Amino acid sequence: MKQKIRVFIEEHLAAREEGIALKDDDNYFELGFVDSLFAVQLVGFIQEEFRIEIKSEDLDLANFYSIDRIVSFIREKKND
Amino acid sequence: MSTRSDRKSQKADNEIKAVVWDLDGTIWDGILLENDEVKLKPGIKQVIETLDSRGILHSIASRNDFGLAMDKLKSFGLAEYFLFPEIGWNAKSVSIGNIRENLNIGMDTIMFIDDRAFERDEVRYVHPEVVCVDAAEYRTLPRMPGLNPRFITEDSRRRRSMYLEDINRKKVEQTFQGPRKDFLASLGIELSITEGAEDDLKRAEELTIRTNQLNTTGLTYDYDELREFIHSPVHKLLVCGMKDRYGFYGKIGLALVEISQNFWNLRLFLMSCRVLSYGVGTVVLSRIMQAAKNDGKKLRVDFKKTGKNEQMYITLKFANFHEVETGNEGFVVLENDLSFIQKVPAYVKLITHKNG
Repeated sequence: MKQKIRVFIEEHLAAREEGIALKDDDNYFELGFVDSLFAVQLVGFIQEEFRIEIKSEDLDLANFYSIDRIVSFIREKKND
Repeated sequence: MSTRSDRKSQKADNEIKAVVWDLDGTIWDGILLENDEVKLKPGIKQVIETLDSRGILHSIASRNDFGLAMDKLKSFGLAEYFLFPEIGWNAKSVSIGNIRENLNIGMDTIMFIDDRAFERDEVRYVHPEVVCVDAAEYRTLPRMPGLNPRFITEDSRRRRSMYLEDINRKKVEQTFQGPRKDFLASLGIELSITEGAEDDLKRAEELTIRTNQLNTTGLTYDYDELREFIHSPVHKLLVCGMKDRYGFYGKIGLALVEISQNFWNLRLFLMSCRVLSYGVGTVVLSRIMQAAKNDGKKLRVDFKKTGKNEQMYITLKFANFHEVETGNEGFVVLENDLSFIQKVPAYVKLITHKNG
């Protein structure tokens, strides 16, 4: 799961500095430029890839700012 | 909660951005595949030119041979008016779906013109929001309210050429080798954020009417209301323009800030969907966040769910905004403590002074 998320973020983050590997707990909002297109793509990717429904109240930066945060968010949703 | 929502009207349903034409029996009399000597309907060229000069786009949904039909349109001097023509053997509803996607506009801003009731019904069945018109009425088009924008701005006059520039840009993007970051850097994007002046207001009104996806409230403001804001001591009306090596995007964004004791209140924030994929909406938002922070205040945003603007909601949430108030009719207020503000990416050159 982590690897899939990492690959997606690395491919879609528009202004990511190259050559810097993304660690699981890196806040990628601080590393690269997150724009609205990326945000929409990321939400869509997580919904489809991991078959969960992301509601308005889930759309909180805290759930998405690192690979670790996304993983725990998905786990919580799956346990609901 | 602001009471603006009560006295502001919602967007007019009938604002048409693109007219999609059938060919045989609609633009010309006769059937091209049976007779090469088809004749243009009298006065139809003037109708197409008139709408084009108002910034209304044209396209085609026709069951025909693509090469033959385009040659015929060229010989009539009409080919250049049509963006993303769909000429082939698809159902017209499919063609209109493709055109909508290419133009990136709402289905309810498309008008479809065909002489055959069967085709209009097929389109209406699949896309009930499309305004379907009998080709027999073509002479009345320039008088229809949805085809009469209140102002014709520099941006509306240039709309078709801006789409053509964008088609070039997309072609380059598709064949670009290397990371997207390098493609964005190759564009040489210059983004300007300036305080609105009198000569920006017509376009500013037009933006509030035409912009749906990246729009915080969907409320429209007219010229006179916007003029009050530029003279108001507690308001800032920010106008965003953009250009790159392929051309001018024109005025593509608008932000209305009301400054109170503790907050900058963003009453309206919108960005044209034409620039969605360049991340400039987030850049503008970041600059407003920084300006509020420099002023020693927090930033609040009025937001209203319109059914079309979820992208804006996601943008705000990913910029670290949180809901702090819930009002009526889907109105919410979001707040940002400005503890984290993204940097402007290296591929955007920011211009914040007038005439820069």
